[in-house]
Amino acid sequence: MIRWILIGILTLGIAGTAFWGYQEHQEKNAILTQAENTYQRSFHELSYYMDLLHDEIGTALAMNSDQRLSPQMVEIWRLTSEASSNVGQLPLGLLPFNKTEEFLSNIGDFTYRTAVRNLDDEPLTEEETKTLQQYYKQSSEIEQELREVQHLALENNLRWMDVQLALVNNEEQLDNTIIDGLKTVEDKVGGYSEANIDSSVIGISNQQNEPYKSITGKKVSEQEALNIAKDLFEVKDSDKLTIAESGKGADIPIYSVSYNGDDKHAYTDISQQGGKPLSLLINRQINENKISLNEGLKKAEEYVNRLGFDDMIFFRSSEYGNTGAYSFLSSQDGVRIYPDAIEVKVALDNGDIMGITADNYYRNHKERDIPEPKVTKEEAKEMVNPNVDIQEEYLAVIDNDLGEEVLTYEFLGTYGDDTYRIFINALNGMEEKVEKLGGTEINYAIN
Amino acid sequence: MISKKRFFLCFILSFMIVGIYEVGPKQNAEAFSNQVIQHGAVGDDVIELQARLQYLGFYNGKIDGVFGWGTYWALRNFQYEFGQDIDGLAGQETKQKLVDASEYDEQFVKQQIARGNKFTHYGGVEREKQSTNRGGGGNEAATPAPETTNTAVNVPQGYSQNDIQLMANAVYGEARGEPYEGQVAVAAVILNRVESSTFPNTVAGVIFEPRAFTAVADGQIWLTPNDRAREAVLDAINGWDPTGNALYYFNPDTATSAWIWTRPQIKQIGKHIFCK
Repeated sequence: MIRWILIGILTLGIAGTAFWGYQEHQEKNAILTQAENTYQRSFHELSYYMDLLHDEIGTALAMNSDQRLSPQMVEIWRLTSEASSNVGQLPLGLLPFNKTEEFLSNIGDFTYRTAVRNLDDEPLTEEETKTLQQYYKQSSEIEQELREVQHLALENNLRWMDVQLALVNNEEQLDNTIIDGLKTVEDKVGGYSEANIDSSVIGISNQQNEPYKSITGKKVSEQEALNIAKDLFEVKDSDKLTIAESGKGADIPIYSVSYNGDDKHAYTDISQQGGKPLSLLINRQINENKISLNEGLKKAEEYVNRLGFDDMIFFRSSEYGNTGAYSFLSSQDGVRIYPDAIEVKVALDNGDIMGITADNYYRNHKERDIPEPKVTKEEAKEMVNPNVDIQEEYLAVIDNDLGEEVLTYEFLGTYGDDTYRIFINALNGMEEKVEKLGGTEINYAIN
Repeated sequence: MISKKRFFLCFILSFMIVGIYEVGPKQNAEAFSNQVIQHGAVGDDVIELQARLQYLGFYNGKIDGVFGWGTYWALRNFQYEFGQDIDGLAGQETKQKLVDASEYDEQFVKQQIARGNKFTHYGGVEREKQSTNRGGGGNEAATPAPETTNTAVNVPQGYSQNDIQLMANAVYGEARGEPYEGQVAVAAVILNRVESSTFPNTVAGVIFEPRAFTAVADGQIWLTPNDRAREAVLDAINGWDPTGNALYYFNPDTATSAWIWTRPQIKQIGKHIFCK
């Protein structure tokens, strides 16, 4: 009897310990994941800030020494401090990373000095421009090395906790990509003794004005919306369609229709008023490319016309794998209207339309009162940095940093190997925006 | 002993292949396919275009198979010098002019790309001087050329491949069981947060923000994403937003926070409700 009681107590004890142990283990894992996530965030942010830093220095080079340059220097200064705070959070206590930090603080000092002085009275000297050019080159190298490390880390699912452990244990034979990669970065730097995402000009929504002004017409019924969707999806069977109305958080009441067929899946948002398709997405297996990007453009143009958007002009195109992405801007009296943008996606195996998004267009489009320029084109050109070789010029309406629509001269120009898009206000000659154009990158996946 | 034999075999084989290269036609007769090549295109025609423009001294960038800005200006300058319509498009006439004016050593170019060498393709300069071998070693010709020839890719303005990859990881971890638009929607929410002033300003900052995404908290973000998730991310970056500017989403079956129900809801896609 006593034996059984003892066995019972012991079993309970063991079960209890096991349970407690399991809980501890879970907690430990949760904390490890959290620490890991903090490291990951710092690392990816560091790499992002280095990208941005490089672009911003490049943009500063293309700016005219004028009102724009001081804020730009402040921006670079801010980025260097963000980047070095990220470096500080990485578990690199045992790995010398001080040269990178030094590099960042050098740029920071330089930009701070130039930002606080009056650049109108004392513009950048030739020597300072050279220094800036040097920073531009160096930041490009660091950026590329970091991207390479980042690519390897993402591809191989590397963990910073492992790096830390490896550093602590000082294992000789370890083949640790992150450590090796970061050492390379550090060596590169040792050799020298926010264009952020939302600054893109295309399709920026102007929140102050009443959105979706251009959508008029009577309210369509669910059945009508379904018919519109069937046309868009190019399908006949209604039984595979589902429809839903938007909730009260939506900016504009819409019907969302989805189609779930055997070989393709499709989704569209249709405005309840007027029945306009705001966006369309089709997903299916896309085979090998049969048509060129240029033929795809023809299909996209046809489609945009068919949906009744007039006065659209082609803006840019890119080939991503088996699809082509095309952007269109609206144009009024020969002026490019950047806020009214439409994107179209074309499958390059047979030219099918894989999607369109006209949300920005409908949100911002209206008949605009475009004023006459008060600054001549020649005067505007003189506002551009004399080192920039202007190649193309347009009149354009963009949203400036304050979120107001302004009429500008748009210049596409080159400086060194880089291409810049520069907007000069056509009414007062201010440099509204300078954007360094990228769009291609080394293919890390094959190297 | 065996290794010696193998080495010898390799040696002979490489010699044979080098021999074939020497004898084989230096100039590929067929040039360009029929397509009109425009900004943003990728592929063999772009490689040929860049090589021919470089041969004539118009293009000084890397021959990487992606029609970027550098190629665009080079082509326009070529069209200007050769008295053609300056449109930055390589149509039939422009391509014919290029073929007449320049030579294209396809064999050399493709080989250099396959080996990952740094190289140029200027006219009137010896081939040996235009290439720096990366790997070194004599019998490199024996290695078969890999399929892919582009050494660069298109990325949306302002994003790197790594940004896209990180977002694809998050989308796959959060919404791999969702319909396609549900995946685009999750990517769009990440981007809406980056733009919003109440959230971090970087993709990584938004994704790794503590308590923001469950897939990050439980490690599911490190599953390998599929191509569909990557495509969804690209669509979102290119402007598709099925959520109608949502900043939050939640799964009504598993959501534990009462607060999330107070947000104005925009719509439901798959299992997720999206809200402001």
